[in-house]
Amino acid sequence: MVSRPHGGKLVDRTVRGRRREALLGEAWEIVRVDITFDRAIDVEDIAYGVFSPLEGFLVEDDYLSVLKGMRLSDGTPWTIPVILDVDKSIASMLRQGDDIALFFDGKPLAIMRVEDIYAFDKKLHAERVFKTTDARHPGVAKLSSMREILIGGRIDLLNTVYNPLERYTLWPKETRVLFREKGWRTIAAFQTRNVPHLGHEYVQKAALSFVDGLFINPLAGWKKRGDYRDEVILEAYKALIEHYYPRNVVVLAALRMNMWYAGPREAVHHAIARKNFGATHFIVGRDHAGVGDYYGPYEAWEIFSEFPDLGITPLFIREAFYCRKCMGMANEKTCPHSDEYRVRISGTKIRSMLLKGEKPPETMMRKEVSEAVLSFENPFV
Amino acid sequence: MSGEKVKIEISREAYEQAKRFIEEQGGFKSVEELVEFLITEAVGAEGGEEISPEEEEKIKERLRRLGYM
Repeated sequence: MVSRPHGGKLVDRTVRGRRREALLGEAWEIVRVDITFDRAIDVEDIAYGVFSPLEGFLVEDDYLSVLKGMRLSDGTPWTIPVILDVDKSIASMLRQGDDIALFFDGKPLAIMRVEDIYAFDKKLHAERVFKTTDARHPGVAKLSSMREILIGGRIDLLNTVYNPLERYTLWPKETRVLFREKGWRTIAAFQTRNVPHLGHEYVQKAALSFVDGLFINPLAGWKKRGDYRDEVILEAYKALIEHYYPRNVVVLAALRMNMWYAGPREAVHHAIARKNFGATHFIVGRDHAGVGDYYGPYEAWEIFSEFPDLGITPLFIREAFYCRKCMGMANEKTCPHSDEYRVRISGTKIRSMLLKGEKPPETMMRKEVSEAVLSFENPFV
Repeated sequence: MSGEKVKIEISREAYEQAKRFIEEQGGFKSVEELVEFLITEAVGAEGGEEISPEEEEKIKERLRRLGYM
């Protein structure tokens, strides 16, 4: 049985039919607020229920409650603030209760009912969410570029943002129907931003050995230089699934969701999103959503003990390596052999080999996966 | 979860254990909330979605078109 949506109800803030036509007309007559690509992605994730129970951007009560206690003001677990920033000049034109049009790329994307207008303390935000105010942290850097005033309130989605991966994009309502049709009662979700190596396959299969289905859900969209292109990640996974997974045990679909590199807090956020897709289990990386050395080695696992009421089971599977003595993949808990037999799987090494057009050894990456990656003229951003 | 409430009885021992769990772990405001959560987890997590038969058919159509079904 798929997970109950977070907060009890799967949100749908998409508008169709005549109401959409009416609101589209209205959008050109009310205050227009142009939003960035990142905020547009947030709008879509809210509207399609990825961020259930949120129906819009956080109002101040919820924002402060998330910041200080990692819960919405009604007590529902929520760890990453989903906020909309505007210029002071725009904010000064707005009153509570106003409807505004959120524009992206010259088109009305959504109507928003302004329920709250408030200033926020970026330093406090950074300390609480990122555990650092270091400007070199990518989340802190993004935060510092945000505007000074936040507005909160429900949104109604009128249009969608162009998505080159639409063919691979599924929303929570769709995966819930799909999982039910497949007869899956337990589903482990795996999030990634990389092409799969043997270590990833090992943790996915470890999870798959006791659940009905695996939901591989790469994060698409925003990239930094040197990251794998979205289409490369998807093709690499398709190769892995075709050659190394039984039929009908994996669903592969992409998700555009903003990354903040907030480590432990973001690990919980990712779990909540996948709960809304219907997953019952979530595979949490050791340094999930981490960057540099801002977070302790197991912090992304430890934080889950603070949420006995999360409603999705985190899976903590140790990092895998290839053991020449075991002649297979293993981890610290399953292999007694010393380091001389162990081949550590290094994402950095794999990346540098692929960059040179070389296939990584098969003790690190399946040859079909390497070939899929190398079939692209330039697999990296 | 909202709606009409009913009374159930559990052993004093289980009740005290639940209270201790809440004090130590947090996350729940009351034993009632914990019990309701555990029941939902154990026997019936479905619900919370409003999908009309027409919408469900459209979703299935898209899933078939994309090769997911």
